[in-house]
Amino acid sequence: MGKALLKRAGLLIGTLLLVSVLAFVAFSVIPGDPTGSVLGMEATDEQIAAFRARMGLDLPVWQRYWNWLTAFVTGDFGQSFKFDMPVSELVFTRAQATLVLAAAAFILIVVISLPLGLIAARRQGGIVDRVVTVLTQVTMSVPNFIMGIGLMYLFALVLKWFRPEYVPLKDGLGAHLRYMLLPALAVALPKSAMTVKLLRGSILGELGQDYIRTAYSKGSSRGSVLRRHVLRNAMIPVVTFLAMAIGDIMAGSIVIEQVFSIPGLGRILISSIGTRDYPVVQAIVVLLAGVVVLCNFLADLLYRVMDPRIDGR
Amino acid sequence: MPKFVKRALLLLVVIAMLPVSLYGCTGDTEPTPSTVVSDSGSEPTAAQSGELPNGNSVTVGIAQDLSNLDPQMAATAGIREVLFNIFEGLVKASPDGSVIPAVASGYELSEDGTTYTFTLREGVTFHDGTPVTVEDVVYSLERCAGSENEGTPLVSAFSVVESIAAVDDSHVAITLAQPSLEFLNSLTAAIIPKDSGPTITETMTGTGPFKFVSYAPQDSLVMEKYDGYWGQGARLDKVTFRIITDTNALVVGLKGGTLDLVLHLPNTLEREVKDDFTVLQDTMKLVQALYINNAVAPFDNELVRQAMYYAIDVDEIIEFVCGGAGVATGTSMYPANQRYFMPELAENYPHDVEKAKELLAQAGYPDGFEMSITVPSNYTQHVQTAEVIVEQLKAVNITAALDLVEWESWYQDAYRNHQYQTTVCAIAAEDMTAQEMLVRYMSDHRKNFISFQDEEYDQVMTQAMASIDEEEQTRLYKRAEEILNEKAGSLWIQDVCDLAVMNPALEGFTFYCTYVLDMSTIGYK
Amino acid sequence: MVFARQRKQADTKNRKQKNWYLTIGIVLTACMLIFITVGFFWTPYKPSALSAADREAAPSLRHLFGCDQMGRDVFSRTLEGAGSTLTIALAVLAVGAVCGLVIGALCGYYGGRLDALIMRLCDAVAAFPSVLLALVVLAVTGPGKYNVIGALGVLFIPSFARLVRGEFLKYRDRDFVQSARLMGVGDLRIIFVHILPNIWPVLLSGLTIGFNNAVLAEASMSYLGIGVSPTEPSLGYMLKDAQGVFFTLPWCTAFPAAVAILLILGMGMVGEGIRERMGVAS
Repeated sequence: MGKALLKRAGLLIGTLLLVSVLAFVAFSVIPGDPTGSVLGMEATDEQIAAFRARMGLDLPVWQRYWNWLTAFVTGDFGQSFKFDMPVSELVFTRAQATLVLAAAAFILIVVISLPLGLIAARRQGGIVDRVVTVLTQVTMSVPNFIMGIGLMYLFALVLKWFRPEYVPLKDGLGAHLRYMLLPALAVALPKSAMTVKLLRGSILGELGQDYIRTAYSKGSSRGSVLRRHVLRNAMIPVVTFLAMAIGDIMAGSIVIEQVFSIPGLGRILISSIGTRDYPVVQAIVVLLAGVVVLCNFLADLLYRVMDPRIDGR
Repeated sequence: MPKFVKRALLLLVVIAMLPVSLYGCTGDTEPTPSTVVSDSGSEPTAAQSGELPNGNSVTVGIAQDLSNLDPQMAATAGIREVLFNIFEGLVKASPDGSVIPAVASGYELSEDGTTYTFTLREGVTFHDGTPVTVEDVVYSLERCAGSENEGTPLVSAFSVVESIAAVDDSHVAITLAQPSLEFLNSLTAAIIPKDSGPTITETMTGTGPFKFVSYAPQDSLVMEKYDGYWGQGARLDKVTFRIITDTNALVVGLKGGTLDLVLHLPNTLEREVKDDFTVLQDTMKLVQALYINNAVAPFDNELVRQAMYYAIDVDEIIEFVCGGAGVATGTSMYPANQRYFMPELAENYPHDVEKAKELLAQAGYPDGFEMSITVPSNYTQHVQTAEVIVEQLKAVNITAALDLVEWESWYQDAYRNHQYQTTVCAIAAEDMTAQEMLVRYMSDHRKNFISFQDEEYDQVMTQAMASIDEEEQTRLYKRAEEILNEKAGSLWIQDVCDLAVMNPALEGFTFYCTYVLDMSTIGYK
Repeated sequence: MVFARQRKQADTKNRKQKNWYLTIGIVLTACMLIFITVGFFWTPYKPSALSAADREAAPSLRHLFGCDQMGRDVFSRTLEGAGSTLTIALAVLAVGAVCGLVIGALCGYYGGRLDALIMRLCDAVAAFPSVLLALVVLAVTGPGKYNVIGALGVLFIPSFARLVRGEFLKYRDRDFVQSARLMGVGDLRIIFVHILPNIWPVLLSGLTIGFNNAVLAEASMSYLGIGVSPTEPSLGYMLKDAQGVFFTLPWCTAFPAAVAILLILGMGMVGEGIRERMGVAS
């Protein structure tokens, strides 16, 4: 198992390298140049040439990539063209916002879906189960930005329970989390619906297995069977799903950040692509891809731990 | 566990009902949702009820992202609007577009028109408390002229500067290579402490009525009242500029009570806020047009451009995009610049489909043609204008495709490299000179992005710029404006309407003729 | 774009529900398809036609869904918008599914180094934030329907490829495949004639999920203002456009949103129905 893991870790780094190459190549072919937004519309050709030379934009792509990579490995993410400050400084507060949002969404998913999935499975066919089933189906069908707009307008403008002004972490953790609750909910709800559904199906699937019948025949109650036997096995696909969903949660956060005006990675990513601020884009792409790849890796790991039957490939 | 499960279930039921109930409500064809609006209108919003204990501060929503804060580079209009409150030049802009003394108390112009001698005002201090000296001024002006930029001027008008020198402790002389009446306008360039150039974007030390507190990119810029200001001090103690590039989010901010003032809100959103806010209206001091690349077929044919001018209905555009509040321009000049503006030019091309078809036939396109309109997607009003134009051109069989592109690729491809057919955008002026708006259309000017070629125009402009007689100069500039209109160099449309939306508890907002947002006169009633 | 790995359900109690899902899903989807198909041939007004007189008109018999700020008929625009959203979603699905099927089948069947390499590439594409990839592709190609399809289509390949590959891995060493091989049947024939029919149910349910993801992705992209032209509206762009006037012109938001939700809901239920039926069948 150790060897297999090592191999996977190697693949992980390879994947990240591939992502960074893809991003670099993509940006060397798209039209547009960062000079316009930095120097103003009426910059002279000399000013532009000087700027390009200073930022190393006049070098060939492979050389720029090599320079970037060697610096990146040592922790130097470069300098933002547009904001004229180190990328790391620019990206980290934003990464914090996005990570808090994604983490909050993730926790909400777990908190909402586990009890619901359980109860729906336990009361299978009952009123509660039916209500949950219909609700999950409907919630799954609402695009997350529509959910976000709906929540925002309802709570901020109609009920006025929510002040639509972003509170950064430095103004207090409590206030920060309070602001993040609504956007996190918008990201979490559709995914929660899917998780509820998956968990319910998975529990019901396990309940049909032979070993459960054995457990019942030994006189265990339904509750104890659920707790002691079913849950552990039923959780395997759910955990995998949740870990794989982190990529989706990150992508969802990017859209929801726009709705709630959160200065997170999504906003600066989109605007930096717009202003062709490559160092910023490059850093964010690798960062996001890193998180996603890492989560998939962890899911894989967790999968192995939870289900000893899986080995090798 | 069961208790928890039940609670969680209840929570989910409530949550899951939200989208359903919400859309059930808004989906109503009865106008019930508007009663929701009037409800919230009758009770005071958070901003209205809690303004005065709020530490005499306001939050301003700005739609444009700030980038490089160097006050002497000030690349975009959005940055200039904000920095006006922190930095001052020897002179500063006044609401009517002229300049008034600031760091200097007055000046003299030598008889040959080449040497300006400024007298420094007494008692002007930087935000760190040190008085402004003649060295600071010379340093600042030399930096504008390019002393820290390998000789390339940071402020392009400074290319005519020959020398800058301190006469004595309170006088500075600026000598120009050639006489220029219009140079004075560029002396609004910021005065900063000596040798602070390399660190100015961090220290942000100026002499304005507000001092800089903090800046977080894409989030906010905060400034506070400067108590040592030489003139009439600010009424507010603290101003926070919040950068919100999405106009929809600006509306949410206003209605949610987190923003007190928003500038440049698109007209189509006015109705959402007009019940709860003071809405002030003016024009943007720019010229919006369907700019046409004169160098490519079929637009190299004057008849085609004129035909298109007849085919579009400028009044209808103004009605749709600005609710009728824009002003038709007819040429590259905006109405606030009264000395040069010629309202009669806007009447030369009335909406006339028959005439347009006739001209198209003469030009050899009786069946119309296909074309594309490139628009930078972040400007709602330009996109809307283009949408209306696409519809109007259909009447003369011109099929126009609308390409929305990011501002950066628009700038690179269309504006700089002229790779476009037509584009809707607006040209704004940095100062009130006619030259700002007209010089770019001279045949080989580097800013001539429409490739307008006309011998008479070049002659008239050359004469006008060299003229030292104001009346003669005005006459010549006006002739240049006429030529642009006659040749239909582009389809000049309008000066777009500008809305400022303000918390009704505030007063003192003034529209300027240039890109300035003067926060010092704003205060609570 | 993660496919939920659904456990097949052998529980007979579900049999009733499966019909219920499938029926409602099919009815709903059929209604939406009829609605959209009508829109391809006929709309009460020209979707782009401006009318000063009808600006901001509330829903009425003349304008079923009301009018927007520019006096355009929201009903006509919703018809057209749903049409272009559907077209884009189907085309994206076609690109993603066909390429994903071929790649997944070959990788799963043959395995080996090429398989490992392609799966790595798929991982890389999947690890790329989707919005970013779409942004980059569209920045190169410029905006437009076909470019959106291309950009999103590429994004959909990895998930299909992985799904198909997994199924092929399961079947390639089964007895019936081995005996076919012994009988000298060609590889391609084994892949497409012998194995493919077995994975059809999985693929079908993957397709319904993919369809919903495609609709969602298209709507999110146009909501972010990427790759759309306002002269050919999609549901996402209409929603973005209408968001600022949510309270004064609620009909501009409500109807496009409802159509988008119903479209996804219908297809989601069809997928659910298929999954449950297939669980029973096997």
